[in-house]
This record gives sequence, C-alpha cells and structure tokens, in this order.
Amino acid sequence: MSLLSFSGVVFAVAAIAGFLGSLTGLGGGVVVTPVLTMLLGVDFHYAIGATLVSVIATSSGAAAAYVKEGFSNIRVGMFLEIATTLGAVAGAHLTAIVPTSGLAVIFGLVLLYSAWQSFHEFSGPKQPRPDPLADRLKLNGEYPGPSGSLRYQVYRVKSGFGLMFGAGLLSGLLGIGSGAMKVIAMDQAMLIPFKVSTATSNFMIGVTAAASAGIYLRRGYIDPGLAMPVMLGVLAGSLIGARQLFGAKTRALRLIFAAVVTLLAIEMIYSGFTGGLK
Amino acid sequence: MTDRRIEEIIGTLLRAGVLLSAAIVLTGGIWYMARHGEQAPSYYRFLGEPLELRGLPALIGSLGALRARTLIQLGLIILIATPVARVVFSLIAFWLERDRTYVVITLIVLAILLYSLMVY
Repeated sequence: MSLLSFSGVVFAVAAIAGFLGSLTGLGGGVVVTPVLTMLLGVDFHYAIGATLVSVIATSSGAAAAYVKEGFSNIRVGMFLEIATTLGAVAGAHLTAIVPTSGLAVIFGLVLLYSAWQSFHEFSGPKQPRPDPLADRLKLNGEYPGPSGSLRYQVYRVKSGFGLMFGAGLLSGLLGIGSGAMKVIAMDQAMLIPFKVSTATSNFMIGVTAAASAGIYLRRGYIDPGLAMPVMLGVLAGSLIGARQLFGAKTRALRLIFAAVVTLLAIEMIYSGFTGGLK
Repeated sequence: MTDRRIEEIIGTLLRAGVLLSAAIVLTGGIWYMARHGEQAPSYYRFLGEPLELRGLPALIGSLGALRARTLIQLGLIILIATPVARVVFSLIAFWLERDRTYVVITLIVLAILLYSLMVY
C-alpha cells in the first residue's frame, strides 16, 4: 500500500472516530488506536501520539460549536478540570509503581458495568437533595431544547469532583479512557443532562490531553506524516457530529455511548492481558 | 462581560485555533503527499522523531529550511496550544466579570497545566 492510500484509509477511519467522539464526549481514541495498531500494524508509540492529537482535534472542533450553542457548561468544565489535571499529573508519576495491565483489566470491567448502567437510566433518576455547593459555584445552568431553554440543577458536586480525579488518574496511567469516565461522572453522579455531559466532556478532554502532549512530543511519539490524516479526518468527523447534537434523541445518544464504551472496555481488558499498554 | 459573551468568545477562539492549524496541516499534508505519496508507509517500527520535530524552539529554528513534515508539525503544535489558550482566555474573562472564585479556579488549572507542559 502506498503512503497516499494508507493516509486515505486513516483519514476515513479518523472521520468516523471524530463523528462518534463529538456526539459521545469520548474523544475518538477508542476507534483510532485499535485500528492503527491492530488493523494497520502501526507501532504503538506512533499510534498513541496520533490518538492524542485526535483527542485535541475532536475536543476543540466540537467544543467550538457546543460552547457557542450553550451545550457545554464552562463553569462545570473549569471547576472539574482542577480534578482531572491533578489526577493526570499524579497518574503520570505513578506509572512506574502501579501495574498498569492489572489496572486496565479492572477499569475495563468498571466500564462494562457503566455502559450497562448508562443504557438503563431511562426510568428517570431519583432526585437527591439539592447541593448547596452547586449554587455557590454557580454550576446550575440551561441548555437549548426543542422548545426553548431547559434549566437543570447539578447534584453531588463532591462525588463528581472525586470521580473526575479518578478519571484524570486513569488517563495519566493508561493514556486513554478519560472521556468515558468524565461523561459517566457528570451523567450518573452529578445528574447533569446527557447532552450537557457529553458536550462538557468534549470541552474538557482537550485540556487533559494538552497536559500530556508536551511529553509525547518530546519523546518523539507524534509523527507528522501519521498525525496529519488523523487530525484532518477527526476534525471533519467532529464538525459533522457537532451539527447532529441538537436534533439527536437522548436515547439514541445513550445507545451509541454504551456501544462505544463497551468497545473501549473490551480493548482495555484485551490490552491488559496482552500487555499492549506500555 | 456576561457568561453568554464569554461562551461566544471561547467558541470563536477554539474555532480560530482549529481552522488555523487545520489549514497549515492541510497545506503541509498536500505537499508531503505530492513528494512522498508513492513511497511505502514506515510506521511499523518505532524510531522516534528527529530532534527538530520534538519541540517548539527546535522547530522554529529549522523553519529556514522548510520541509513538509516541519510545516505539519507546526500546525499540530498550534492545535495543542488551542486548549491552553482557551484556559488563559477564561482567566481574563472571569477577571473582567469580577468572579473571584473562578479566577482562582482557573489559575489553579493553568498552573497544573503549565507544570505538566514544562516539567515533564
């Protein structure tokens, strides 16, 4: 295969990843990494470098639209970024001590459970008591619905913050999967509307990824020839995906989210057993 | 400055960063494919990138003898810088809004971000 047709294939795969990533708040590494390494035989280091680029491209591409339309909650994002970036730094320091393959398997199982959970959340979540911290931090907001703005409350701020630290820790330790944890924490712990959760996750993952971009660049993981079709494809896909969010049915989004998270879980468990994460 | 206005400016900032980097990467990509498109891909074994592609200072130093790969890498670095620029702008916006809590929150995020970009 020539470099031109190879790049064409990578572009197409990346476009699908960007489309799914922008709608689910997951980034797109779920699709990009395994296709590059397993199907196209790309070395793992180059693959994770390209994946990092794809996460930032999805995030900035989709978030540009979501922030303007009022889906992303910038205060929730900003506040929770303290937890995710701290977690990411801590995780990166712990990679030498923590057995990542065992962790990958455990995280995979947690994701399988969460996918099942997020899929079964239709009956309407039980409302806990309002959280005074959400008022103090001005986290409650509104987002565009079919007939005007819909207001929402943010619950269990401390639990959400703790889970976000866990999300950052995992992304520092394992390199991927932080978007999934972010959406799950906002959706299931803080009871933020699903579309706001995915759009705010999209807004946040770029910052988490940028925090580790420096080290990837310095280690020579980011190859411009490979990252080029990944970046352009993901961007095209995420711009198309971002147009769909407003009209999309929450039920359909949850279904796609659960499917992609299940895929991610299988990847994590597989790479945990084969030791492919390092 | 209101929250709505901040959202609009942040949205525009993100879009500008993404479009600028995409235009540079696309230009470099077309150039790269025109020169090397017929070759076989060589991503199967990790060799690491040459030094001038591993950081902004070295990259700028090598811009005199511009190559397609260097141009793409420049676009990618602009992409990486976009979320950081977004945090810096949020800091200014919350400052103008006189929202002290969020100035502090954003400062903490920025400090952690800069630490992780500089230190390792």
